[in-house]
Amino acid sequence: MYFQEKAKIMDKEAIKRALRRIAHEIIEKNKGIENIVLVGIRRRGVPLAQRLQRYLKEIEGIDVPVGSLDITLYRDDLNLKLEQPKVGKTDINFSIENKDVILVDDVLYTGRTVRSALDALMDIGRPKTVQLAVLIDRGHRELPIKADYVGKNVPTSRKEQIEVRLEEIDGVDEVIIGEWREE
Amino acid sequence: MWNKKDLIGIKELSKYEIELIIETAVSMKEILKRTIKKVPTLRGRTICTLFYEPSTRTRSSFELAAKYLSADTISIATSTSSVQKGETLLDTVKTIEAMGVDLFIVRHSASGIPYFLAKNIKAGVINAGDGMHEHPTQALLDVFTVFEKKGKIDGLKVSIIGDIFHSRVARSNIYAWNKLGSSVIVCGPPTLIPPYIEDLNVEVTYNLDEAIEDADIIYVLRLQLERQKKGLFPTLREYHMLFGINEERIKKAKKDVLVMHPGPMNRGVEISSEIADSLLSVINEQVTNGVAVRMALLYLMLGGKSDENTV
Repeated sequence: MYFQEKAKIMDKEAIKRALRRIAHEIIEKNKGIENIVLVGIRRRGVPLAQRLQRYLKEIEGIDVPVGSLDITLYRDDLNLKLEQPKVGKTDINFSIENKDVILVDDVLYTGRTVRSALDALMDIGRPKTVQLAVLIDRGHRELPIKADYVGKNVPTSRKEQIEVRLEEIDGVDEVIIGEWREE
Repeated sequence: MWNKKDLIGIKELSKYEIELIIETAVSMKEILKRTIKKVPTLRGRTICTLFYEPSTRTRSSFELAAKYLSADTISIATSTSSVQKGETLLDTVKTIEAMGVDLFIVRHSASGIPYFLAKNIKAGVINAGDGMHEHPTQALLDVFTVFEKKGKIDGLKVSIIGDIFHSRVARSNIYAWNKLGSSVIVCGPPTLIPPYIEDLNVEVTYNLDEAIEDADIIYVLRLQLERQKKGLFPTLREYHMLFGINEERIKKAKKDVLVMHPGPMNRGVEISSEIADSLLSVINEQVTNGVAVRMALLYLMLGGKSDENTV
């Protein structure tokens, strides 16, 4: 099996513009950011959340707290995975009680990751609201879940794969659409 | 990745597997700090603790670890079970296994019982201490505690003090530290140091000052008082004078030495109360970390495997 790239659907500038727009939308929708906290879903949601924090600060001059959430222990597909996933660390060193939590992830697909993340969040505290921000929404939802902020809507087939690459993890900022092919 | 059905001893683990457990335990410890200490990971899995020897911390630690991961637990107390009617060990275990248990946690006074059970049943087995053989989860939680405090687990000098002969904790620790690239010195009265212990790649000394001089970790073993009758050492007072860790003795150690003890302690015998309750001591952290390490192990052994014991 190999990954065949079909097209680059976002580059560094496009990612930056999308995140800045999301930052503005967060401020607009919540009428300010005093009560906002950002929680990135590991792994690629975390750098995205950190970037959103930077943009929010540039616009409003306020540092909002950023945490990271590992959802491995909440997955509903542990049994189906060929390899047991490694458990990462959840690191939220602030209270989410009565806060407006912005949950951040790279790709929204079936909605199952977000479902797990909601369960994980509720075990940590009771937020006032939870809103979802994703860089890419590729459709094919299996659960009644919808994003509040979307960087880019990308219609895909189930065979296709979206790869979000971020400088902090992959050394480059880009979003690629491709497909796994047999040799 | 983890691919073992059982955990019988540290001897059978690779360095990679020990590190994987420690790494997973770091994530598990965060859960222990929450108000709601529960994740749904092992929902529907069943774990049985089967202890043929007394235990407070190991058993409750395993049971809590299982419960925090949402597994169901049962515990067989040998004093009130069919063991009293003469049922054999294997029959007892097979009976419980037939009810759908996925994993047994076994403590027994005879070395090799967990191994014997593991070979004869389909469910997994974790050794929670067998005779004078091994107590692997104790060594794992010790390593994890040192990792948290020192930030590393290689290149350290570990001194294990006391009754090495009867101690399964000492054996598991010796294997663990050697695999991780740290060195071990054992120290105690000659009657409590087994012959050929050097073959496990440890240094031996009968002089406590020598043992603690450049140690990064002083690991004090429980003096198994039930052995005193056998004449292996003259008196408790003499033992404390020669091998007890107290404020006077610790002056010869490094300033940042860690003092560890697997519990239960005999205060005033192998360790003085001042030291046990001092800032050098990490004995309480060891207990907390025991739960995190056992959660890690349960996740690695049971998490995400669906083809197991269904009745």
